[in-house]
Amino acid sequence: MLELLDIRKSYEGKPLLKGISFRVVEAETVCLLGVSGSGKSTLLHVIAGLEAPEAGQVRWEGKDLARTPVYRRQFGLVFQDYALFPHLNVVENVGFGLKMHSLAAGKIEQRVAEALELVNLSTFADRDVTELSGGEQQRVALARALVLRPRLLMLDEPLGALDRTLRDHLLGELRAILHASRIPAIYVTHDQEEAFAVADRVMLVHDGEIVQRGAPKEVFEHPASAWVAGFLGLGNILPGQLLDERHAETTLGTLELQEPPKAGLGRPVTILVRPERVHPGEGAALKGRVADVIFRREGFQVTLEDGFYFFSGAPLSIGQQITFSALGELLA
Amino acid sequence: MTASRSPIDPASLLDRIASQRGLARQLWFLPLVFLGVFFFYPLVRILSVSLQLSLVNLEALRKIREVLAFTLYQAGLSTLLTLLLGLPAAYLFTRFTFPGKALLRALTAVPFMLPTVVVAAGFNALLGPRGWVNLGLMALLGLDTPPVPFVGTLGAILVAHVFYNTTIVIRVVGNGFSALDPRLVQAARSLGAGNLRLWWRLILPMLRPSLLAAGTLVFLFDFTSFGVILLLGGSGFTTLEVEIYIQALQMLNLPLSGLLSLIQLLCTLAFSILYTRGITAARRLASARARRYQQQTAQGWGEKLFVSALGSLLVVLFVLPMLALPLRSVYRLEAARGERSAVQTGLTGQYYQELFINRRDSLFYVPPVQAALNSLGYAGLTVVLSLGLGYPAAYALARPSRPQRILNTLVMLPLGASSVSLGLGYVLAFNQPPLRLLASPWLLPLAHTTLALPFVIRTLQPSLASIPERLREAAATLGAPPFQVWCTVDWPVLWRATLAAATFAFTISLGEFGAASLLARPEYPTIPVAIYRFLSLPGGLNYGQAMAMATLLMALTTLGILGIERVRPGDAGPL
Repeated sequence: MLELLDIRKSYEGKPLLKGISFRVVEAETVCLLGVSGSGKSTLLHVIAGLEAPEAGQVRWEGKDLARTPVYRRQFGLVFQDYALFPHLNVVENVGFGLKMHSLAAGKIEQRVAEALELVNLSTFADRDVTELSGGEQQRVALARALVLRPRLLMLDEPLGALDRTLRDHLLGELRAILHASRIPAIYVTHDQEEAFAVADRVMLVHDGEIVQRGAPKEVFEHPASAWVAGFLGLGNILPGQLLDERHAETTLGTLELQEPPKAGLGRPVTILVRPERVHPGEGAALKGRVADVIFRREGFQVTLEDGFYFFSGAPLSIGQQITFSALGELLA
Repeated sequence: MTASRSPIDPASLLDRIASQRGLARQLWFLPLVFLGVFFFYPLVRILSVSLQLSLVNLEALRKIREVLAFTLYQAGLSTLLTLLLGLPAAYLFTRFTFPGKALLRALTAVPFMLPTVVVAAGFNALLGPRGWVNLGLMALLGLDTPPVPFVGTLGAILVAHVFYNTTIVIRVVGNGFSALDPRLVQAARSLGAGNLRLWWRLILPMLRPSLLAAGTLVFLFDFTSFGVILLLGGSGFTTLEVEIYIQALQMLNLPLSGLLSLIQLLCTLAFSILYTRGITAARRLASARARRYQQQTAQGWGEKLFVSALGSLLVVLFVLPMLALPLRSVYRLEAARGERSAVQTGLTGQYYQELFINRRDSLFYVPPVQAALNSLGYAGLTVVLSLGLGYPAAYALARPSRPQRILNTLVMLPLGASSVSLGLGYVLAFNQPPLRLLASPWLLPLAHTTLALPFVIRTLQPSLASIPERLREAAATLGAPPFQVWCTVDWPVLWRATLAAATFAFTISLGEFGAASLLARPEYPTIPVAIYRFLSLPGGLNYGQAMAMATLLMALTTLGILGIERVRPGDAGPL
């Protein structure tokens, strides 16, 4: 349905989007995940028609949208800070778009009521938007976009301004609403938990490019690069040298590999060691000195002197020399 | 879904004007061109004409030195007196609550916007030779001549300047006072500072930037004062402004007039820079504030005496002249020196009726009411022109591109220009082809637009900048075409500022005297010009008509000021 072809855009002379291409199909939620400043919001503006790309095409069902102005695209956009109209109340905010499309007053009333019902705000109809809490404002913004039954819904860091508990709660609601409506959606966030929770497909944006795309599980299990593994916080990233099919030499000692390498031996490689694949034990091949121990939910987080970390069931003492075994994964 | 746009579809035309890269945002060069022709070009003409004056002209040099010395002297003295009254008044308003405080505060703010002719007429009605005090004393004591000399004295100039500018000190220094963290005072007290040392070591040093800023601004206004000197100082005193006017209009010595104007503009520029520095320093100190003082009623006899004495003084200063004027306009007092021997004193509507009559012996070719109609017409034109130019400028300045940033400085420059100099510049610039406009009734509204433009832009711009771009984007994604975006997002915020800006332009044009005194054609007088002419004519009837017109002008302006205060969003002003 939506198709982006090689979108390029620069900001103050520096390239911001360096050729972005992807598709979004019906009832699918695609998540753009990346650090702030990576160009995600600009991409949404380009899709919405608020900004024109310098090169590339935005297509809807095969048709180029370059000459369709923003107000005729029928794409909904939920803004990061909601952008509710402060001089209008809840009902007027939600009804704004319907009014722009010249619907009859009765019809507007009915659809606004439905939309407020959908986001659980029916009792807030006559409130001023300025007196709502962050979570309530977020729902008004969502209702305002959904009430138009857009062909595509875009959400720009929709939960970014809310605290953790509220975020988890709203995330569940949002997933349910998106699935029920079957509206294709693009969800932009810098928070990987949010992204993995809401997305059918995740696209990692780094430095104006999509560096990896796939289902959440796939991305999580097979990070495409050292940057992806680092950004997702999957574990320790070490430089090393391939010794044979199953082993690599690192600063910590000789490390066992999960799967055989695709290319020749002796070359330098980058290795991911997830903390859950590290096991302390007498006489193991790897060794280091404990620099810090912190209690966490997963157990005691043990950090060695060179920053390598893992979790241990029992506390270790600082300064202690330990040995351990670990299973590594090769990164591209 | 293709957009079928015919070029004559009015809706799509409006959309093109309002859109992101639309016409409204493309027109930013219009105010620039306007200022080029109607502000900078006249200044250049002043410069080139003044260069024709040979500098070995000793007579001229002596004149310049004399005028400059008196201008600085009276401005310095006025500023000192204004600070002496303004500092305690600022303290009064920031620290104490007392009955009638809001009203008194509003009253002290009104003079600042009042036309000089109205203020001059007000003091004239109170203390002038035909005013309440003198005529009252003459009747009471059976005197033949007015016992209290006022008009034509330095005292009159000083009192009028204090009356005008005290509100500046109250506002600027008042902000300094309320920014003073009470914990600093507590700290100083706990370190053993007594009352005197508290003021000397803490409060005055903390207030210094705001005192300096207020002082400079007051000095600037006193320095460029024109109407007050001309109408209250009489022929004995000439400042730079007055001398520019006299040399240009009476001596027809345009080069000398131009040179004086040049000196004037340079001084103004220097003081403006000083003021900007002062106000920046004041804001820096203020930004460190944490808490505000609790305002309270006066405690103990010392404070009570201070509040009641100062409050009464302010009432006398600010209320009496403004009360004397309208009362004098409906009350006949002439008893002495009979032009008509058996005139009765008492209430009369004659001065107002007289405004509609064209007397043979009148200096006018038209009845005085025509002056009012001229003024209203000019003010209307000024509103239309300054909004028409101010809107594109404000839009460009809300999100300026690099070339547009110079606009920010350029459009504010007319704020510093004296209106007499501007008038002189127009006389010099538009008396020859290609712009022979001197005979045109359009020239004065153009001058007023130049003077009003900075106020209009400064009023519109904060409002415009307060509208988040996000809201416009949201409206667009919800299906609103550009013009509808403007109607639903911009206008609900802008209408107040627009109304305030229009009122600013209207009242500025209505009361403007300096440029009008040089540019108004005899057959198209404005209200202030007419008041000036009436005041300089002999006879009780002429005096009464001056009072009547000044009262009307005061009423219109006061309504305007109150209107602006009501609709202006927030506290942001052009001051």
